Parts: sequence; C-alpha cells; structure tokens
Amino acid sequence: MAENKVLLDHGSGGKISHSMMSDIILPLFNNPVLAMLDDGAVLDISDISSKKIAFSTDTYVVDPIFFPGGNIGDLAVNGTVNDVAMCGANPLFLSVGLIIEEGMLISDLKKILKTMADAAKKAGVNIVTGDTKVVPKGKADKIFINTSGIGILPDNVNVTGANAQPGDKIIISGTIADHGITILSSREDLKMTSDIKTDSAPLNYMVKAIMDSGNEIHVLRDPTRGGLGTTLNEIAAQSNVEIKIKENAIPVKSAVAGMCELLGFDPLYIANEGKLIAFASPDHAEKILEIIKKDEFGKDACIIGEVLPEKSGKVYMETLIGGTRIVDMLTGEQLPRIC
Amino acid sequence: MALKYVAEYRDGDLAKKLIQSIHDLKIGKIRLMEVCGTHTMSIFRYGIKGVLPKNITLLSGPGCPVCVTAQKDIDTYIEFAKSDKFIVTTFGDLLKVPGSSSSLQKEKADGADVRIVYSAFDALAIATDNPEKQVLFCAIGFETTIPTIAATLLVAEKQNIPNFSIHSSHKLTPPALAALMQTKGVEIDGFLLPGHVSVITGTDAYRSVHEEYNIPSVIAGFEPLDILKGILMLATQSKMKRPALENAYPRAVSDQGNVKAKEIMNQVFEIGNATWRGIGEIPDSGMVLNKKFEKFNACSRFDIDIQDTKEPKGCACGEILMGLKTPEDCKLYAKACTPMNPVGPCMVSSEGSCAAYYKYNR
Repeated sequence: MAENKVLLDHGSGGKISHSMMSDIILPLFNNPVLAMLDDGAVLDISDISSKKIAFSTDTYVVDPIFFPGGNIGDLAVNGTVNDVAMCGANPLFLSVGLIIEEGMLISDLKKILKTMADAAKKAGVNIVTGDTKVVPKGKADKIFINTSGIGILPDNVNVTGANAQPGDKIIISGTIADHGITILSSREDLKMTSDIKTDSAPLNYMVKAIMDSGNEIHVLRDPTRGGLGTTLNEIAAQSNVEIKIKENAIPVKSAVAGMCELLGFDPLYIANEGKLIAFASPDHAEKILEIIKKDEFGKDACIIGEVLPEKSGKVYMETLIGGTRIVDMLTGEQLPRIC
Repeated sequence: MALKYVAEYRDGDLAKKLIQSIHDLKIGKIRLMEVCGTHTMSIFRYGIKGVLPKNITLLSGPGCPVCVTAQKDIDTYIEFAKSDKFIVTTFGDLLKVPGSSSSLQKEKADGADVRIVYSAFDALAIATDNPEKQVLFCAIGFETTIPTIAATLLVAEKQNIPNFSIHSSHKLTPPALAALMQTKGVEIDGFLLPGHVSVITGTDAYRSVHEEYNIPSVIAGFEPLDILKGILMLATQSKMKRPALENAYPRAVSDQGNVKAKEIMNQVFEIGNATWRGIGEIPDSGMVLNKKFEKFNACSRFDIDIQDTKEPKGCACGEILMGLKTPEDCKLYAKACTPMNPVGPCMVSSEGSCAAYYKYNR
C-alpha cells in the first residue's frame, strides 16, 4: 500500500479495506478459518468431548499504545487469553475488533498487528474473525482494540471467585504492579525513566498445567485493573469469607516499589497483566505453587495469605510491623486508561 | 518489599522492640495528636493503633492541606473554573472537594478547563504554552509547598509572564497548634509534629508554642519506625512529666530548617490571617502575597469576591481536625459521606482522617 497513514477509506468496506485485509492482516493472522473471509467464523470442535465453553471479551484503550515490554496489541491478546484461562478453560479462538483513528501511521498499525500475531502464536490461539473501523481524527485516540475469546472447559472444573473456602492458601504467580507502573512511567508528562517493563504474558499454559495436575483449585483470577487488593475484595465478597494476607510476603520489584513510593501509589491497587491469583486447598497448595514456579511466567510465585472462616467479606493485611489493617476496594480511578 | 533506605525504617523486628518499650512504660491514659495527614495515613497503613497500649489514643490533627481549605476558597477556585477565559490548575486532591454547590471535578465534566499538576512550575508552563488564556493556580498547602510556589512566582516575575496568577489559601502550622491549645474542650497531651513541614521550618519554629503550653512535642518522620519512636518519646516525656521539644527525625530536620526555602518564601509572601475550614479564622496563620507580588493575586486582578458560605450541615470535619471528635462520631460518616460521595474534605483528601478511617479501619 502506498499510503503511510490510515485513511477513513481503510474502514469503508471497499477496495482499500480489502487491500488492507489481504496485504496486512491475513498474512499476519494466517489461519484457514479467517482466510475464508466470511461474515463469521465457523469453528470445528468435533474432536472435543467437553460440554462447556468459556467466553470472554475485553476492550483495550491503553495510553500510550507503545510502552516498555509490549504494546496495545499483545496486551489485547494476552488479556483475553488470560480472562478465558481464569475460568479454568483452555483458550482456542479469538476475535479482534479494531477502532482506528484516521491518520494513524500504517507502520505503527503493522507493528501492533505483528505483535498480536506473535502473542496469539505464543498462546496457541487462532484469531478467527475480526472487524476494522476507522473514525475521523480526534474521535478516537490512535487505536482501540476489542478482543473476545472462546475456550474449552474440561469436565468437572469448578473454578470461580465464589468458590474460595476457609483454609485455602492464596498464591500469587509473581511480582505485582509492574504493568501499571510501566504505563504510568512511560507517559510523557512524568518525565521519568526506569527499567521497569510490563508483565503482559499469556497464563494459559500455567493454568492448564494446574488443571491437568488434578490438584484441588478453587479460585483463579488475574488481578488486572484495580490490582491485587481489589481482586481479593471481589473474591472475599463473592465467596462470603474473610481473607488475610501478609505484607512481607507480597512480591514487589524494588524499582516498582520505589516508583509507587515516589508517586504515592499503593502497589496493591496497581494493574497487572501477566499474574494470577490461585486459591488452593491447604493440602495441595505447595504442589500447585511448584507447578506455577515451573512456568516461564511464574518463577517468583509465592503464598501470600489464606482464607479465614469468618463471613465478613473483608480483606485484612498483617503489616510489616505486625499491625493489622483493612485492604479496601479501590474507590474511583487511580490511573485512567491503563489497559 | 525491599527498598533501600526505606526498608530499614519498616523492619518488623525493630518495630517489635519499640512497641515493647512503649508497653513497658505502663502509661496512664494519654491523648496524642498526629498533626500531619501523612502521619494519619501511615498510622493506618501500618496498623499502628492496633499495636499500641489501649491507654494511648491517637487523634488526627489539622495537618491535611485539602481538609483545612475553607469552603470560600474552594468556591473561589470553582468560580474561576466557570469562566472560559481560565485554565485552572490544581493538585489532584482538590478536584473532588465539594464547594457550596459544585466541585472542580463537576465543572471539569461540564467542560471547564481544569488540569491536574504535580508542581506550580507545571502550571506556569501551561501559562507559557497558552498565552491566549489566563492560568490560575490553586495555591494550597503548608510550609512544605509554599517555597516552591514562591519560587514559581519569582520565575513568573522574572520572565514577565502576564497570564499567570494564584489564589493563596496557604497555611502555617505553629499558629494552628497554638489556636488548638486555646480551644475549649480540646484535650491533647502531646503533639507528634509533622516531618515534611519541619524540614522547612526547623525544630525552632515550634519552640514558642511548646514553651507557652508546656506540652510534649516530638517531630517524627513518616515510616512506621519513625512514628513508633516519636510515640515512645512522647509517652516517655509524659510518664516522666518532663515535657520537651524533641526531634525524632534528625536525618531530615535541623533546628533552623531550610533557610534558603524560607528566604524564598518570604520574598514573595507575608504573614496574614487565614480561615481554616471548620475552625475559623486564625490570626497570623496564613501566607498572603506581599505588595511586590500582589499583581499575581487572581482575586484582586480579576475582581472576584466570593461571599462566605455555610459549610454542609452535619459535617464534623472541623471538630475532627481539632481532635474533638473521631470520624466515627460524625453522623454522616460512611453513610451520607463516603469517598465516592464525599460531603466534607476530610473524606476526599488522601491525607484526610475520614478517608483514612474509611479505607483502613471499617
């Protein structure tokens, strides 16, 4: 294509749209289902015996679109892959909806789509259907991406935020707050430099390994927006239990902790894009921890707390000095447009 | 959470020793006021109240800049925001504080140009970048922030920037402590004095209040060990009946404070009266622009005069700021007044005592 910027015509459905599809998108998201170019994807699941599918959708509006360790593209793939995986399912298919602002550089778009293709490949999912719209300059900010994902749920899986049980040990798969602090520090107006990068990563292989091991797992969640603190509150409320975590057990990279300190943020409420929280029965927790640690993205995993029998729906934290405090839900937006 | 030069002040074993020493004093009932909002937040964040003997009561003081900003000043900022000639620049905490009928956040949603800045210098840069607009900076804060705002005005004066002005609601800490001690019903047995403010003022700034009221006074930093050490020193003074002015934060605070910062402050501002929300006017507790810098006074330059407005009925912010009530004594707390829908500023500010109670203590 001759143009170096996205034009309104690219979303028209006409000739230029088609050339973008055949020249850019199809070669990257190369798979036979998408190549049919029908209005929808027809998915053959005849070799799968399971009776349940998991289905999730998310929209990505992160600002800036490029940041250390990734861009909006792999964020959009990994985010939805992880949401499906947190149901205990094995994600297989993704849809992609692009809303592009007129005037975006084609080279930037290509870079993002290439990252999406690579992320999909890494996660073992196919992008099977999609849509592209272009809106006039100023009506969107560069690019927004929606992805939906479908995964297959093995039989007898009951992993939900409502299933936390007294005695459960709580595992986090690695350091918290990396993604949110990366985005914040890469925003121009803060003028800060650091070597922190996003933790955006697919967690589906980690989840599959846990599921395949047969160990008893009750809850899986990825603490994205709102961070660990908010996600634990959601689980405590859904399951009507009390959660107690230990401050000195929660892993935070020292550079991230330093940035939080400087900016007055609590890492408990900062977004993660490649971490999961697992609630495991006490007898199986150590085994699950070992499985998570073996995964490429779980090396820093550790147990951070447990579920208590009280039905308060609250989260408490034993502080560094041995005091206790409530970990409340986040109120309001701490950092807008983080994912 | 390892963090060099901070982790040392959060050490669990050292904390246990300090906590034990405080318990070993076997002290009778005392009421200590942490003057600064950052202390309040730190006390809750580390669960310090829960590890102290029951006889020690910690009260939150008037040291949260947003909380003590008079409603009239908030209304003034809002009035400027309503004009399309103005860009209003503010620290983020002020955005949600309700004035008598609106807030900066609501005006922003209605199209007003309200921008959050991290420093007054950012506000000045906005003025330089937008010569066709007037830029107002909402100048709130204590001795900690006043010098940088003064430095900004020195630059604005030097560069002759015509479209930048401020409305000053600055407050000074020592006069507020004296006013508290004179207020009927206030019972305070010791002051945990602010760390950051004291970096500027120095220990000496509190000497006259300390001597006049003979009250135990200790300057402390904001890490949990700093605070525990400060409480131990206050409790020891109280137990020995030997009130003193002591500095538990010598790594940052000197007797004279930051002389240069004070000089800059005094080049631009002079002492004046100030109205504290919920408390009222305290003589000589504010910093107003001096004659030379009066041209940066937005209200006189643009002839804005907001009438005094009544503070919301039932809101106990004033009594809470004086240690007369705790947030839980307020009828509105956690019912009509929550962080999502705050009635008073103590629920809005990240340093407000109501926000701290709500976030960490329910």
